[in-house]
Parts: sequence; structure tokens; C-alpha cells
Amino acid sequence: MQTLDSSFAALADPTRRAILARLALGETTVMELAKPFEMTQPAISRHLKVLEGAGLIVRRVEGTKRPCRLAPAGIKEIDQWLAMLRDAMAKNYDRLDVLLATMKPEDEPQP
Amino acid sequence: MSKLTLKTEGDTHVVVTRRFAAPPQAVYRAHTDASLVKQWLLGPEGWTMPVCINEPKPGGRIRYEWSNGKGGGFYLTGEFLELTPYSRIVHVERMHLPDPTPDNHIETTFEPDGAGTLMTMRMTLPNAETRAAMLSSGMEHGMEASYVRLENLI
Repeated sequence: MQTLDSSFAALADPTRRAILARLALGETTVMELAKPFEMTQPAISRHLKVLEGAGLIVRRVEGTKRPCRLAPAGIKEIDQWLAMLRDAMAKNYDRLDVLLATMKPEDEPQP
Repeated sequence: MSKLTLKTEGDTHVVVTRRFAAPPQAVYRAHTDASLVKQWLLGPEGWTMPVCINEPKPGGRIRYEWSNGKGGGFYLTGEFLELTPYSRIVHVERMHLPDPTPDNHIETTFEPDGAGTLMTMRMTLPNAETRAAMLSSGMEHGMEASYVRLENLI
């Protein structure tokens, strides 16, 4: 399960999660990725190396550029990680509905 | 009828709305009284909130710590900026996973809606990429499925 471990390590960094989110929109070059992050291209390249090592992204050679895109494994990992947050939010509001039903109007302080 | 909507606004905003059967006073209290917050803001089944600090005043602290009871957990910190009792809360928050996520600035309003409440949460993220990270979750789709199940129960 080395890939899963390295996936979680790769996903533990907010910049790498943001890079994956950007890549979810389509293939991108390092230069385009570096722009919104206020980071140097070498810094972004280091993050990409971690993501590539974890099997979350794949890169190809196009002249002097190495555009990157999400790997199928990366898409699956992101989906699983985010599904947890999504389910958590849905359950919160279901619980709040139940709690509100038990709160009595007379318990409420007057404005 | 769907209860929840989620939409983007501009490059950095996310707007979530949800209707509740209770009046704004109750929904506001459920967001600002720690003893109530820790009963519903729990995330996945089986999780608890052993630490719930909620100081509803300008500059007041927010700290929620969640535990799965098996040694796993994470926490959220934030600060209240503005509070108008029963109608509006403005705060910032960030998750610690354990690295902090970028600050999410959130304005929450509670408006009377018949006998109930329309809650509107307007989130402002630092940039389009951070917002993309939230939206790529397909959050709306997942939440809606859950609410449809709830509607069927009622």
C-alpha cells in the first residue's frame, strides 16, 4: 500500500491539494500553475515531483515543456478524500434539523 | 423539493443556502452556543467534538476539535468578526489537517422564511484555486442526495 501512503502524504499539503484541484480543470504547464500560487517555478516543480511519485499526476514531454495532468489514481484519491468532507457536511445539517426540532421557543432569549 | 443550494459567485465566492423549519433565533443559537454546536457539527457518523470553544463576540475565538474515538482527529480554528444577534454572523476559519488550509471568510445570514429560516452562507476564499479545491468535491451533488433521503423520511 505504498501508493496509498504516499498519496496521503502528497495530499497533506494544501498547495499540492490546490494544484490537484487546478489540474482537475485540465492539463497545465508548470508556468501556468506557478502563476496563481505566488511561488517560483522550482518550488512548484518540487510539489509536482511529489505528486508524480505518488502516482497522482502524469507528465508528458512536449518540446521544452512538460505539461501535467491528473492520473486516474489521483482522481480516485481526490474523490475519496473529498467524499468524506462532503458526507460530513450533509450529516451536520441533518443533525441540526433534529436538534432544532427539540428546541422549545420558550428557551430562546428575547432580542 | 430540494432544501440546499450551492453556487459560485465571481472567482472566489461560494454561496450555500439551506432552509430550516425553526425560526432564526433558534438557528442562530445553534451556531453560537457551544453546548448546541457540539451536538450537530460533528462530521461523519461516530465522530465527536471533545473541544468546542465558541466565543460569540467580535474577536472571539472558535476552536473545534474532532475525534473519531480511535486516535484519529483534526481541528478547526477561527475568529468571529461581527455578530448581529439572530440575523448575521461574520467569521474566518481554517482547517488544520494538520497543515492549515487557506482562510475561509464566511458571512452567514438567517432570514425569516414563513415559520422557518433561510440560512445563507457566503464564503470567500483567497483565490480561484482554493475555491476549485472545495468545488471539485461535487459537494452539492452529494449533499443533495443526502437531503433527498431526509425528505423521504419526513
